[in-house]
Amino acid sequence: MASYKLSINGAMHAVEADPKMPLLWVLRDLLNMTGTKYGCGMSQCGACTVHLNGNAIRSCSMPVSAVGNQKITTIEGISSDNTNAVQQAWIAEQVPQCGYCQSGQIMSAVALLKRNPNPTDRDIDLAMQGNICRCGTYPRIRKAIHKAAAMLKQPPAKSF
Amino acid sequence: MQQKNSINRRAFLKLSSFTSAALTIGFYFPALAEESTILTAATAEDLGIVLNAFISIDKSGKVNIINHRAEMGQGAFQAVPQMIAEELEVSLDKVSIAFGPGHQTKYGGSQITGGSSTVRGAYKHLLRTGATAREMLVEAAAKKWGVPATECYALDGKVIHRPTNKKLVYGELVEEAAKLTPPKQVALKERKNYTIIGKPLPRQDTPPKVNGKAEFGLDKKLPGMLYAVVERCPYFLGKVKTYNDSVVKTMPGVKHVFKVQMPVFDTLREGIAIVADNTWSAMQARKALQVEWDTTGFEHLDTAALYNRMKEDLRKPGLSQRTGGNFDATYDKAAKKLEAIYETPYEAHACMEPLNCVADVKDDQITVWGPIQGPDWIQRDLAERFKMPMENITVHMTFLGGGFGRKAFTDYTTEAVLISKEIKAPVQVVWTREDDMTQGPFRPGAVYECKAGISDNGRITAFQTKMAAQNMDHQWPHADKSNFNGSTTEGLPEVFINGLDHYSFSDIPTESPIPVMWWRSVYASTNGFAYESFMDELAHAAKLDPLDFHRLQLRDERAEALMQMLEEKTGWRTREKNSGWGMAITECFKSMVGEAVKVSKQPDGKLKIDRIVAVMDCGWYVNPDIIRAQVEGSIVMALGAATTHETHFTDGKAVETNFHQYHMPRIMDVPDIEVYIMENEEKPGGVGEPGLPPFAPALCNAIFDLTGKRIRKLPFNMNEV
Ligand code: FES
Ligand code: FES
Repeated sequence: MASYKLSINGAMHAVEADPKMPLLWVLRDLLNMTGTKYGCGMSQCGACTVHLNGNAIRSCSMPVSAVGNQKITTIEGISSDNTNAVQQAWIAEQVPQCGYCQSGQIMSAVALLKRNPNPTDRDIDLAMQGNICRCGTYPRIRKAIHKAAAMLKQPPAKSF
Repeated sequence: MQQKNSINRRAFLKLSSFTSAALTIGFYFPALAEESTILTAATAEDLGIVLNAFISIDKSGKVNIINHRAEMGQGAFQAVPQMIAEELEVSLDKVSIAFGPGHQTKYGGSQITGGSSTVRGAYKHLLRTGATAREMLVEAAAKKWGVPATECYALDGKVIHRPTNKKLVYGELVEEAAKLTPPKQVALKERKNYTIIGKPLPRQDTPPKVNGKAEFGLDKKLPGMLYAVVERCPYFLGKVKTYNDSVVKTMPGVKHVFKVQMPVFDTLREGIAIVADNTWSAMQARKALQVEWDTTGFEHLDTAALYNRMKEDLRKPGLSQRTGGNFDATYDKAAKKLEAIYETPYEAHACMEPLNCVADVKDDQITVWGPIQGPDWIQRDLAERFKMPMENITVHMTFLGGGFGRKAFTDYTTEAVLISKEIKAPVQVVWTREDDMTQGPFRPGAVYECKAGISDNGRITAFQTKMAAQNMDHQWPHADKSNFNGSTTEGLPEVFINGLDHYSFSDIPTESPIPVMWWRSVYASTNGFAYESFMDELAHAAKLDPLDFHRLQLRDERAEALMQMLEEKTGWRTREKNSGWGMAITECFKSMVGEAVKVSKQPDGKLKIDRIVAVMDCGWYVNPDIIRAQVEGSIVMALGAATTHETHFTDGKAVETNFHQYHMPRIMDVPDIEVYIMENEEKPGGVGEPGLPPFAPALCNAIFDLTGKRIRKLPFNMNEV
């Protein structure tokens, strides 16, 4: 056991954890932040995607001891009232079915758009290929990312 | 079907925020009645009747619905409020919906979300419930004003007096309306007057699913809850011989280690439960566990041997489900004859949310929370197993991170209850992805032998199929294994079978210890591939265009309309020959779906899917966007089972343990999917499953059109055709 101070969604959180415990389980079981999902535990499905200093990573494969003072962002930090453009595009395109993979999908999409505000279909496919959706929402994800990219280019209008 | 049930009434009162100042009505099924009866909550309470599903309108005019179906992605959370809002004449934002706790009799027998039945099973009762509440509000207003009810109408949450334009909002009327007796007859709106039903309105469960707030089973936490994982025998029938937990018990966070037996059909799956104070500690400790399994006394199958046996079995006479005329004699005389064998694989459900269940056993109460497709079944099952009265058992449904049939089963809930009982504390049992993928039950693989004779003018004169596959029904305790499989025709349009004079559909049940279970669209998921690939082969043998060939066999107005739509939307008539187009039509759960696929070869020789067009005829429907989403999802799931994944067995164990071996379609594998919905007044059919079966044959028929290569075995590799 060791003590860690983690910067998550802009706030500091102190936890006592085994150094090898993956960030996923620290978030879910120790900090009760259950928006980040467990899907495979081996970097294969993307359900556990969070941001580390703005980059999408698989939290199931990141030991808490490796986080250090890097900034963690989880789905809860994207916005809790769905004001983020990606969330709005997801609602507009009615992407989720069961919804279980969607936290991870949104985290990957937000990271993509930060890096590349004008992604092509090909860019989207490459950035999103690590995220499985068993419900098959892929075509809608592609549309929603294009929509979010367009929304982000508009001067900030009123939210809808 | 009347039953006093204090626990559920309490739950109901809480969930519906029911007060005497609200109008609460719902329906129930009197014993042996075909029609439901609608009662107010007060009357139901006096009579001791538990209502099936109910709506409650409070003084602010808000409408609460207690949902009777699981929400696993299929959109019940949207379809049910849309139906109620339409007939009640309120806007959809006034309507909210909550899960109904599991109760066996409360929902007219079955609360399982399966068979694509959410809308199909209850639509009339839901519409009538909404309309009845509306009429009672109108009557209450008329009384207040002292005018005839016929002069009043309801619109947008208000009752309006036509001659004077006086208005009263529902909230002001609920108290009066609650005292009225629900009318026996109510007029339902005509489809042309719908403003909510039939519209692609956004789902109410979307917002919490884009910000992490939706609570799935795995997200459920209780005070003092512990976490368990179970090392279950990797062999389907193995037993624990010995185990060594000396190291495990010293590992950080570990609280308990003990043996559990989980019932799976009529067998017991043995395992060692490890309970710890968080999921990861339990998983880590499990790695240190040493178990010796007793694997004697049953067959250690592997896939090759299993499929050889299924193929051998096809030589035996089948157990007949349906026969007519004289197949053999007609086949012998046919102008053209064709026969072919098709193979389909075993599959894991692989829901994105692995199985899990929270259980809390206290003295004489069992409470479970989880991603559960059949809460009433779980309640009854737990009552029987633990010899407790039904009312002491409460089953809470969370959102389901996928279900596809797997989460309708009772094994994982029973196991969680056993573990909570043993440790005397609330516990969450977490299945790792590996557990979820290797333990089954699986979709059964199947081998088919199809034979048909065609006349000179292209009509099928004799048609026979034999299926060798495990029969799911044969697994239950005391099952009669001489029973035929009742699903051998599933997937074939009923009008196709009706058009046959000489036919036979039968099966040879495969004996195997592998547990099998419903998987999205059940046997239609494999039948569809065999039957519609065969139809394509027959069309080519008859030298007819596949769509024209279908037209010759499906002589029915409704089917014709669907085929016309498919023809139009694909540009079927103007397509080039051998340009990579294939089509298929199947029917299951009372919906017919036609799909067409266009494939091409890339410069590197790999196949690419260019277009997917689907036409769904599910009759009367509620929300076209949900239907489109369900068809899209069905197609992606079918694509995986056709081209990327399969569960193999060696030495009696499942081989594929996680997504590095069980490959899922990824975003780049899936092009845009065009979905069209037929408009008609037919009875509603299912929408969650029927889009799946026609995809694999349409794809393979397209590949044949492009390459001349016939695919008769799934899965196949798109890069190696
Ligand atoms: S749970 Fe981390 S990638 Fe699947
Ligand atoms: S929405 Fe269900 S897995 Fe993606």
